[in-house]
Amino acid sequence: MKIELTKDQLDNQEAFHTFATEEIFPYAAKNDLEERTPPELIKKLADRGYLGSMIPKEYGGLGMDMITIGLLNEEVGRACSSIRGLLTVHGMVALAILRWGTNEQREKWLPKMASGEVIGAFGLTEPNVGSDAKSVETTAVCEDGKYILNGRKKWTTMGQVADIFLIFAKCEDKATAFIVERTRPGFSTNPITGLIGCRASMIAELFMEKCSIPEANIVGKIGTGLSHVALNSLDYGRYTVAWGCVGLGHACLEESLEYSRKRKQFGAPLRQNQLIQQLITEMVVDIKAARLLCLNAGYLKDVGDPDSIMETWNAKYFASKMVNKVSNDAVQIHGANGCSREYPVERYYRDARINEIIEGTTQMHEVLIATHAFRNTKV
Amino acid sequence: MFIIQEKLMEEIKIKVRTFLNRFFRKHELDDNDDIFALGFVNSLFAMQLVMFLEKEFGLRVENEDLDINNFRSIQAIADFVSSKQNGCYKG
Repeated sequence: MKIELTKDQLDNQEAFHTFATEEIFPYAAKNDLEERTPPELIKKLADRGYLGSMIPKEYGGLGMDMITIGLLNEEVGRACSSIRGLLTVHGMVALAILRWGTNEQREKWLPKMASGEVIGAFGLTEPNVGSDAKSVETTAVCEDGKYILNGRKKWTTMGQVADIFLIFAKCEDKATAFIVERTRPGFSTNPITGLIGCRASMIAELFMEKCSIPEANIVGKIGTGLSHVALNSLDYGRYTVAWGCVGLGHACLEESLEYSRKRKQFGAPLRQNQLIQQLITEMVVDIKAARLLCLNAGYLKDVGDPDSIMETWNAKYFASKMVNKVSNDAVQIHGANGCSREYPVERYYRDARINEIIEGTTQMHEVLIATHAFRNTKV
Repeated sequence: MFIIQEKLMEEIKIKVRTFLNRFFRKHELDDNDDIFALGFVNSLFAMQLVMFLEKEFGLRVENEDLDINNFRSIQAIADFVSSKQNGCYKG
């Protein structure tokens, strides 16, 4: 066994680190405060090709392997969880079209998504439906060859700025995925502000009122919306969220190390306090453990192993819990300063919280991982 | 020719059965058992099965292949794989 990045992966990692450090991190606090991602920043991501990181080269993307995609989300997540969220949801829509879309859908949308001309957002969660995704209340009814969508979606990341939405609706009482363009009559969005974290994620509520969609916009088949389209996208979502947690954990660690070196109490730097050393040690080891789970999931994805699905659940579960503990300890090390906007760990702590909810709550992970363990363990 | 095809079909069934045994550990699956009716599979099963078939047999499961009857039993899956490999899958 060999756990080692290739030269290309290392080169990409360095480029991601430089980009995130110079172009994302300096503006992250301001974007959080203003609850907004500036279009110039999205353009910078697009110019680098990062919005097409998961899209094959034949459609104008970078066609990166899953480990490299993980490294990108790690570095972006280190700088700003909201921008990592953009990479996640945009990729979820692109991959749904790539995997289950028609040739026409792929040729129409993927080049534009790769270049950043079109931004995608994922519309599954509703005001009354979270974890119980099969119970979506949005409906799609076929009339004269068109599908009429009615319903609401909530907490849609990048919903304020996305150009196309992957909407899940009940059609013939079966979950079905539709591409809905922002310009469709009957479709509208309303910004949601005041969230605890990931405040620059441009979150919105989506409304569909007699929104007419052509049959050509169905992704997959009627009835495969959840079992194939959404689960495939959510698998990518969990993978990138897990890597983002590793990056955010690193950010907490870096800030804690720097603060512990500079801050003096009782006549000595905090770093000499053994209770602080314990917190730092736990951070270091927990981050490394989460990173190894992510690397394992990424490797299995790259070789097409079905076990990659469960390993991604494991990685996201551990990484999202890890980053909540790590960010909590980072605030603790900073004391009152950690509760202040003047220090990034205050934002990290709030952003970390979101990760145990999105792409499957911690509790849904516990149900699924435990069930899998009972089923697959020979005792 | 017929004997070779029978042998290939048996090899497909063995691989499919080995994969499905992860989900049906306490149940000995017959070729024609309805795996959905047995109720052991969860919501992730469809995705895992697609990944397994694509990796193990080097095929691509397309939209038109997503008919539950293609995946209902070991026999159905083996027939599906065989027809995809022979390029005679009708959907």
